[in-house]
Amino acid sequence: MTDTLSDYIDAVASALSLPIEPEWKPAVRINLELSLRMARLVDEFPLPDESEPASIYVA
Amino acid sequence: MSLDPVLTSQGAWRPASAIAKAVATQQVSALDVVEVALAKIERHNPMLNAFTEVTADRARATARALDAAIAKGETVGPLAGVPFAVKNLFDVAGLPTRAGSKINRDRPAASRDATLVERMEAAGAILVGALNMGEYAYDFTGENIHDGASRNPHDITRMTGGSSGGSGGAVGGSLVPLALGSDTNGSIRVPSSFCGIFGLKPTYGRLSRARSFPFVASFDHLGPFARNVEDLALSYDAMQGADADDAACTTRPVETVSPLIGQDIGDLRIAAAGGYFQNNLMPEAREAVASVIAALGVTETVELPEVARARAAAYLISTIEGASLHLDRLRKRAADFDPAVRDRLLAGAMVPAPLVDRAQKFRRWYRARVLEIFQTVDVIIAPATPCIAPKIGQATFELDGVELPVRANIGIHTQPISFIGLPVVAVPVPLDPMPIGVQIIAAPWREDIALRVAYHLQQSGIVAAPHAKAFQ
Repeated sequence: MTDTLSDYIDAVASALSLPIEPEWKPAVRINLELSLRMARLVDEFPLPDESEPASIYVA
Repeated sequence: MSLDPVLTSQGAWRPASAIAKAVATQQVSALDVVEVALAKIERHNPMLNAFTEVTADRARATARALDAAIAKGETVGPLAGVPFAVKNLFDVAGLPTRAGSKINRDRPAASRDATLVERMEAAGAILVGALNMGEYAYDFTGENIHDGASRNPHDITRMTGGSSGGSGGAVGGSLVPLALGSDTNGSIRVPSSFCGIFGLKPTYGRLSRARSFPFVASFDHLGPFARNVEDLALSYDAMQGADADDAACTTRPVETVSPLIGQDIGDLRIAAAGGYFQNNLMPEAREAVASVIAALGVTETVELPEVARARAAAYLISTIEGASLHLDRLRKRAADFDPAVRDRLLAGAMVPAPLVDRAQKFRRWYRARVLEIFQTVDVIIAPATPCIAPKIGQATFELDGVELPVRANIGIHTQPISFIGLPVVAVPVPLDPMPIGVQIIAAPWREDIALRVAYHLQQSGIVAAPHAKAFQ
């Protein structure tokens, strides 16, 4: 089975120097899938190009 | 010396103002009050597991100094001699700030107290210890793999809720009359609900977070727990004020609320939260909200827009900012985390950056829409938790006929509110056998309004912190 998400986890872990033991990976994956489901809800919501992110910074 | 001025006949704490008055007028010494708190902790903490450190020497020294000041005729603060404790993510001078973790125990001891500890003690309160919490505050249960679970004083087989679990247990079990905790997605309101006490999550930026261990900078709030609304207001007032050591702390002037909480609420426009907030509730949660709504004569319902998306965005920002905070610890000491926390943080490090940006843009959009609603209402009533306290270790529960994981879903009604920093008082409805909370939500910077409504409900007898019979 081609598993792009598994490959993605390996690639990001390598890029960020995050050690992920093989036995941790299924749980990391479940959590990432949940985060991406949440992200999809946000992503689907149309926002105008002029939208500013919320920020706590005041110059 | 009689302890009647500070304890009821059942052995529960009297209100903080009564304790302070008794101490200030030398009916009882601050040292005696501290000894009562230390004895309660010694007797009951083995069951409740609320305290991780007891600062007995420090508390006695502070009490002796206070008693000496009173004997010399010096003026003392409104919390004179009132014992309090703090979630162990607050810096306490001389202790490493563990924040519920194993890793942080290797940090050097804090050299100075957190701002809010300093302000509580400046008002005369006396710190007696640090409290158990979910690791790094990434938790709604009050369970902790390193220190053991905080236990609910109304049923020690049940969760306190988290992440400020020890704060909930310590005040719910009357070990101390006041405690401080933090709330990023619900960590004050959830333990308040499960442990049957009052909790205040102020407006984002209202109270300084300086020298507390962070979690999610965008949503982190600190606030008090108490057994009545007067104590909540008194401690909140003592902690207000600008602080250059917290980048998010407001420079607004102190807005004292204690004199205002008894004002009539007839002028307030109060509505129930509809839609999302009427779903995913067990019968007890519905009953609690219904009793509060009935007591307030609420007939209007308002629907906040896109609440499920707001909760999703709060989830995302939390996991990402949490991952960013802990990135180096994940690299170097991943095996020392609670696995449930570690695996969520590792996943958070992998969420693509554009999605983070979109979540923060959505947050501003959502805030603007909710503020429009506050043009027509002053207060919104919503459930605090979907259920009474689950059993410790319980993995799933059933909401509206669907089996769901407990950990991820306890905060579904609190997350969309802290997401935009609204002030909330969690009020306890004393259902039998287990209490459950309701959120009294106000517009930004209107803690006074939420506290007025909470006080009105308390005076009408609808909400109250029930005595935990096993821990008098």
